[in-house]
Amino acid sequence: MSQGTNYVLGVYDDEDVLMDAIKKVRGEGLKIEEVYSPFPVHGIEDALGYKRSWLSIAAFMFGITGTSLALTMQIGMMGVDWPMIIGGKDYLPFPSFVPVTFELTVLLASFGMVGTFFGISNLKPWAKPRIYDIRITDDKHIMAIDLDKNEYKEEDIKKVLEGSGATEVNNKTFEA
Amino acid sequence: MSDVSIPLEQDVEIATEHSHSSESPVRVPLVTGGKTVHDVTEDIAGRVEQRPTITWMLAMAVSLATLAVGSYSVFVTVWEGIGSWGLNKTVGWAWDITNFVWWVGIGHAGTLISAVLLLFRQRWRMSINRASEAMTIFAVICAAMFPVLHMGRPWLGFYWALPLPNTFGSLWVNFNSPLLWDVFAISTYFSVSLVFWFIGLIPDFATIRDRATNKISKLVYGALSFGWTGAAKTWAHYETVSLVLAGLATPLVLSVHTIVSFDFATSVIPGWHTTIFPPYFVAGAIFSGFAMVLTLLLVTRKVYKLEDYITIQHIEMMNIIIIVTGSIVGIAYITEFFIAWYSGVEAEQYAFINRATGPYWWAYWSMMTCNVISPQLFWFKKIRTNLAATFIISIIVNIGMWFERFVIIVTSLHRDYLPSSWAMFYPTQHDLGVYIFTFGLFFTAFFAFAKFFPVINMAEVKSIIKATGEKKK
Repeated sequence: MSQGTNYVLGVYDDEDVLMDAIKKVRGEGLKIEEVYSPFPVHGIEDALGYKRSWLSIAAFMFGITGTSLALTMQIGMMGVDWPMIIGGKDYLPFPSFVPVTFELTVLLASFGMVGTFFGISNLKPWAKPRIYDIRITDDKHIMAIDLDKNEYKEEDIKKVLEGSGATEVNNKTFEA
Repeated sequence: MSDVSIPLEQDVEIATEHSHSSESPVRVPLVTGGKTVHDVTEDIAGRVEQRPTITWMLAMAVSLATLAVGSYSVFVTVWEGIGSWGLNKTVGWAWDITNFVWWVGIGHAGTLISAVLLLFRQRWRMSINRASEAMTIFAVICAAMFPVLHMGRPWLGFYWALPLPNTFGSLWVNFNSPLLWDVFAISTYFSVSLVFWFIGLIPDFATIRDRATNKISKLVYGALSFGWTGAAKTWAHYETVSLVLAGLATPLVLSVHTIVSFDFATSVIPGWHTTIFPPYFVAGAIFSGFAMVLTLLLVTRKVYKLEDYITIQHIEMMNIIIIVTGSIVGIAYITEFFIAWYSGVEAEQYAFINRATGPYWWAYWSMMTCNVISPQLFWFKKIRTNLAATFIISIIVNIGMWFERFVIIVTSLHRDYLPSSWAMFYPTQHDLGVYIFTFGLFFTAFFAFAKFFPVINMAEVKSIIKATGEKKK
């Protein structure tokens, strides 16, 4: 076995076969490192035992921040720093503040959430991704199993993968 | 609408979670031609990799020439000032704001398709959302040109439009002003749409990156794909991000044209001062936006041979939305006329009588014919499934919607309270030139997009191939 991290890759052609395979492989007690797909496979995060994404909560928090910032800005500028009567309206015309408050809420919620998503998923223009198989972005689903994290022998893992409907079983090593 | 060929309820029923288990045999496939997942990659990414065709180069040359011609008027506007336009002391807003509202409206279809239809789990959006979102972004850029140029001295725009302390007038910007709300609405709309569009593009850029054979493509698409790997964990977050963005973009798109309509509705000008404006403007925006999506997609579909992805069914669905929104717009025209009479306000009554029978009667009746009558033809299935008819009506609708804004703006202004202030608006060469400039900008951007970006969202279409394609594995 070569140096670095060694993976066994199961290649699947079909998302339904993949879903069944995940259950089967996990049922055998194997730890799946990650599954890679060309498109979102629904229910896969539950099958892999991932927690629900908390990004919606992040969006909410950023949204609240936007609301507060917008209100603070408008009240501060029009009510505190330089109060003026415009068009016979109050110093603090709250109905007038609604549009800008709404827009800044949406703006911060969106950008905050997307920024967080990029951060936690390590998405950035200069990222050097580990590509297990370039067909992942075309039409193949790949199940990666880290050999060092499983107590099974390589041959046994390969057998389980083949038995689960994988059309190919390959090895992949990333240098340390 | 009993003869609609797609039973939508069933589409909702087999909503995404169960797409791998339940299938309805009666549903018309959304992707035809027996495409496999790999075919989708070949068809869409293949386009990006090909050398530009002669047709594309010609189209690009025409767009760039248009842009160049229009640039002259932009230069004159900035160099000499707003006096180069046909505005006068009575009609202080005319083509500029007409074009602004027209372009912003066109943008609305993209967000509607990608966000609202996502929330409603309408899967037919998937092969048309990418191009529509691109259209949104380019249309909003074109729209923004007009208020920026109308400032006269756009380089001072920072002080006028952004909340910075300044010494030119009031110390801060005025948050009572709908024009300032517009600044926030349009810039938020633009940035959120751009992010939404880009998020959707990342997995597709990764596909192109992994297929790239030359160094430049590898580098460019590698950077654009942000190191995407397609990991299940990332996809799970990605799905949440798309859904939440759709949830945020839905009220956003409604707010944008609402706020645009406030530019008029919060004033005291007869013909503008009306509470019907927000919903009426939003419906009109979606109406014109879908018309523009159809105009662009019918051409893209033909040139790129995407008949299997953008099927007659897709076109029919869009035409149905055109009937619905066109009818809402029609009812709004009649309602505002009725309310003007019913209000008993003479100035208000005069504004509407003048619209229909005054010197701008031809604009009013063009608007009525194009927007109210022409889309009603889509009640006939033969017409709404006919490509040529759809193409022609989509252009008629866009002409009609331009006239709508012209009618609202110019006819309400040109007969002021005092007859001594009455005036007509005559556009100059530069009014026309700036409009032409935005056409050049729009089409240059769209053709560049169509060449270098995947015009159809590959990842999304791949996810429905099995459930709704023709070929069952």
